[in-house]
Amino acid sequence: MAGDGVTIPTLPSNENRMSVRIDSEIENHYHLIPMKRTLADLNPNEAGCIRSILGADGLSQRLAEMGFTLGQMVRVVRFAPLGDPMQIRIRGFNVALRRNEARRIVLDPL
Amino acid sequence: MAAASSPTPAPLSAPASVARAATDRRYVVAVVGNPNTGKTTLFNALTGLTQHTGNYPGVTVESAIGEFTADGDRFLAVDLPGTYSLSPRAPDEMIAVKVLLGFGAGVHAPDVVLCVLDATNLDRNLYLLTQILDIGRPVVVALTMTDLAHKQDIVIDIPGLEKRLGVPVVPVQANRRIGLPALRQALRHAARNAHEPVRPVHFPAVFAHEVDTLTQSLCDTNVHPSFPRFLLERLLIDAGGAIEVELTRQLGVEIRAQTEAARARLAAAGTPVPQVEVDSRYHWITQVIETTVHQPLTTSQTWTDRIDKVVTHKVWGLTVFLVTVAITFQSIFSWAAPVMDGIDALFKAIGTRVGDFLPAGPLRSLMVDGLIGGVGAVIVFVPQIATLFGLIAILEDSGYMARAAFLMDRVMASFGLSGRSFIPLLSSFACAVPGIMSTRSIDNRRDRIATILIAPLMSCSARLPVYVLLISAFIPARTVWGIVGLQGLTLFAMYLLGLVIAPPIAFALKRTILRGEPVPFLLELPPFKVPAWRVVLFRMYDRSWAFLRRAGTIILATTVLVWALSYYPNQHRVAQEFQTRRATASAEERERLNSEEAGARLRESFLGQAGRAIEPLVRPLGWDWKIGMATLASFPAREVIIAALGTIYNLGSDQKEGSVELRQAMQAERWPDGRPVYTPVVALSIMVFFALCCQCGATLATIKRETGSWGYAVFTFAYMTSLAYLGALAVYQIGSHLV
Repeated sequence: MAGDGVTIPTLPSNENRMSVRIDSEIENHYHLIPMKRTLADLNPNEAGCIRSILGADGLSQRLAEMGFTLGQMVRVVRFAPLGDPMQIRIRGFNVALRRNEARRIVLDPL
Repeated sequence: MAAASSPTPAPLSAPASVARAATDRRYVVAVVGNPNTGKTTLFNALTGLTQHTGNYPGVTVESAIGEFTADGDRFLAVDLPGTYSLSPRAPDEMIAVKVLLGFGAGVHAPDVVLCVLDATNLDRNLYLLTQILDIGRPVVVALTMTDLAHKQDIVIDIPGLEKRLGVPVVPVQANRRIGLPALRQALRHAARNAHEPVRPVHFPAVFAHEVDTLTQSLCDTNVHPSFPRFLLERLLIDAGGAIEVELTRQLGVEIRAQTEAARARLAAAGTPVPQVEVDSRYHWITQVIETTVHQPLTTSQTWTDRIDKVVTHKVWGLTVFLVTVAITFQSIFSWAAPVMDGIDALFKAIGTRVGDFLPAGPLRSLMVDGLIGGVGAVIVFVPQIATLFGLIAILEDSGYMARAAFLMDRVMASFGLSGRSFIPLLSSFACAVPGIMSTRSIDNRRDRIATILIAPLMSCSARLPVYVLLISAFIPARTVWGIVGLQGLTLFAMYLLGLVIAPPIAFALKRTILRGEPVPFLLELPPFKVPAWRVVLFRMYDRSWAFLRRAGTIILATTVLVWALSYYPNQHRVAQEFQTRRATASAEERERLNSEEAGARLRESFLGQAGRAIEPLVRPLGWDWKIGMATLASFPAREVIIAALGTIYNLGSDQKEGSVELRQAMQAERWPDGRPVYTPVVALSIMVFFALCCQCGATLATIKRETGSWGYAVFTFAYMTSLAYLGALAVYQIGSHLV
């Protein structure tokens, strides 16, 4: 399982880098940028779909139990004032996660 | 298939540890749910004033326990800690699993499990429910936050949900007491029928086969009683979890090898653990949600989002945080002060009254100095503890505490802890005992121990009287830099001291005796809500009572011991000497002689002898033997030093004097060569010692309780005393050269 996530999606060409806007929230528009690879690489208000979670330890299990399942969409809400941790929205709830751990959540471009 | 091995006992007669009347039968209800589901509010609404902190029968972890009745049937409800899943990693989580399974000596399975589900977060909440259904006890679901769900246009088909889950689902609004009668009825019905739910989620056949194999091999090789199937499934799923650790200890290492082989086979079959469990459960949950819940595709911005924008903002967020901390401090020191002064005066008055009735001698001394003085010294901190826990309850229940942890995590991480440690450390400013108790919310054991070990460095309220006495007596009331009072500045510096010393200590601990894998930080930021006043008030009451009971007994016992050590041996020689001197003295002189006699007796007491014995040790700190002796006497609790000094300077014996006279007596105290004993530098040296030492029996006993070993308590005492000694030494040696 752990090995799967290491395959990095090929970088899209420059033309595809254009961000896609989806009006799925009334006030918050989030930008879906396909070039990002892990949750830690997203900017606030960007989202992606979980492709895999690296590692098979307690953290990856707890994340999965909380609903970080494959294919699930996650969005970065903001970073804490001191740069870490980050606030993530998934399945309608908010959770704080450090960048270090977010780095293990590999995303698929939407 | 369903957890066949777990027995279905008749309703328990209530266990003696939690029941007052053990004769009547009552049903045991275990209340479980994710954190932040309104579980505690519901528990409060159900059990009301009957609840108290106690132990679930057979296990040693404290939880809230309460009673209620439904149509004449009596129920005993136990509030288990909030959790997202029943995959235990820490020993504490293991206890919840053991309780639910009724696994272990003396542990009875609950008659009903009340599972609290948050209607606004149904998919994630259902995950825990599917695990609970696997356990095979009767289950009732309480659906909370239905009003919030309504506001978010979430529509739940409750009959449809009941049908899919196979258990009753009761919508409740605990704060408005809506749905409670129906919930009681459902619990009563479930308890009486003792109907085992059907396991809803089916794991792949290859997984079930591995569990069967494991069960079989355990039956073949062990005389051990059969394990609940749920436990063996968890053993297989949770690599390195608490069940694997415990079963390996019970059954030997072969079980680990077997489990690892089974896991390898499952991985080869394309169903690796723990993925297979999560996939199976969420697959089922998705189906249930699709058929029973209508959610809007777009979500509008909620109040929580708006508040979050401010309280996690780079500028405003930190401002709000600092103001919150400032208000918390302000409340500990000034709001509680009038009540504390009142209590102090009351106990002095009681002491004087009782003293008047009793003849002079050991009995009066024990009653007035030992018991009443000791009880007063404990009760005086209750207003602070109640205020602090009221504020913490408000911050927690409103959802702000999680934001504070979010803001502070980066800072805490830099010395090896996480944002979760912030709350216990803040609590420790009132008292390390509740602070250490609140470390239970830290899921990683090493982080928890590190937090426990540095918590006593936070300047607790017991140090305040020591600071106040010494500062008011020996630090000049001058202003520096125009506006800041030197006295206030000194007080602030004392509070800062522990705060500055703690991070490097934590850092060193995490690098040495508590070294290990870095701990992940995963914290839900729940929606903001108006705190439930019942929860807040109960917390204030419960924590104050816990403090009184725990600290009270220990402080009281040691206070009496210190009293005895300073009263005995009751020297006849001294008594006779003063008797003869009194005979020839005037009335005025007689008063003075009485005081002198008390001083002479103290010098000859066990404690006085000990004080003189350690004098060479405390001289480098600038202290005389009396200060050394008072410090020894204040081992049970720091604030005892004031009573001890009072006794030493001949004031405590009749309890009529306030600290003003003690202050004057200390100012008048001289070395044999006529120099004053107390200088500002000596006062600072004493304060620094008390800021850093762990002279607190209650804290040490709590550390022992919470870590399960005296080792950590002894370690804390040793490292803090060394630190205190070195700190006081540095202050005196450097200070006396500068001044």
